[in-house]
Amino acid sequence: MKKNIGRIVLSLIAVVFLCAGVIQGDLHTTWLKAIRICLECIGIG
Amino acid sequence: MGRLSFPTKRKLIQLASALIYNANLKGFGKGSIYQGKAKGLCVPGLNCYSCPGAIAACPLGTLQNALNNAPSRFPFYILGFLILAGLFLGRLICGFLCPFGLIQELLHKIPLPKIKKNKITHILSYLKYIIGVLFVIYIPLYFAFTSGYPLPAFCKYICPAGTLEGGLTLVIANPSLRSAAGFLFSWKVLVLIFIIGSACFIYRSFCRFLCPLGAIYSLFAKISIFGITVDENKCTHCGQCVRHCLMDIKTVGDKECIQCGSCRNVCSFDAIHWKHIRRERKPQHLKQERKYNEK
Repeated sequence: MKKNIGRIVLSLIAVVFLCAGVIQGDLHTTWLKAIRICLECIGIG
Repeated sequence: MGRLSFPTKRKLIQLASALIYNANLKGFGKGSIYQGKAKGLCVPGLNCYSCPGAIAACPLGTLQNALNNAPSRFPFYILGFLILAGLFLGRLICGFLCPFGLIQELLHKIPLPKIKKNKITHILSYLKYIIGVLFVIYIPLYFAFTSGYPLPAFCKYICPAGTLEGGLTLVIANPSLRSAAGFLFSWKVLVLIFIIGSACFIYRSFCRFLCPLGAIYSLFAKISIFGITVDENKCTHCGQCVRHCLMDIKTVGDKECIQCGSCRNVCSFDAIHWKHIRRERKPQHLKQERKYNEK
């Protein structure tokens, strides 16, 4: 029972966070970063 | 052709996810990365977004970059994604949906002496939490608050997926990047060689000791909605499942369990099953035992 309540609460938090992130423009920020070669990731920068 | 065995099915799912994450195959030939809208979304497994084939973003890279922006922005999106992924799938992602996990499993098949799990590997399994806190959270935040200079420390200094999928592929295909490769590239290649080498001797060495993404998902081990579970009414605590498992588990389904399901076949009491999934037919060895008893 407690586990299920915890799952529901966490799901709600996750959904709220996702929505807040989308409203904040995080999707666009992620996209902007991901479409450029990450020089740190590949060991150049 | 008979029914596919469960390990084969799992390999196919792993392969399919690796191909889906890296569906931009023409990027490998061009030496350039995908720039479509899907790159705003994250995949659940470790897959560098600078891989020429990658069609979406890496969750660890996204988290570090979001923390780099921390003073002005709370990382809602990536945290929401990680919570949702962890809550629904947990380390099922490690066992089924991670390309780098697949690579390590294939390397482990090379016929070389194997180092089995022991007290040292169990202690080393805590290292991934330290790496996660230090390289994924603390260092990016520290640099964000002090210098404003973005530093995705795990991606820059450790991540072997970035080196293998992004670094080597782009440097080989791109003369300008090749000329820019210096000490950092050499360091990352060395780390990659070490990790790939160790994976030949130690099952999933990166996953067990170094992967911060696995560390994050392991936090959801007890509450993830899907995954493997033990029926306590049937379990006799014989320990066969733990002995059979190649990961550093204490019990099936704990934080070190990658939910691969291979323990199901060794349980003589049919006590291990998938959560919320209709019970499949009994594992092969139990069916054979029943046939023998009926004779």
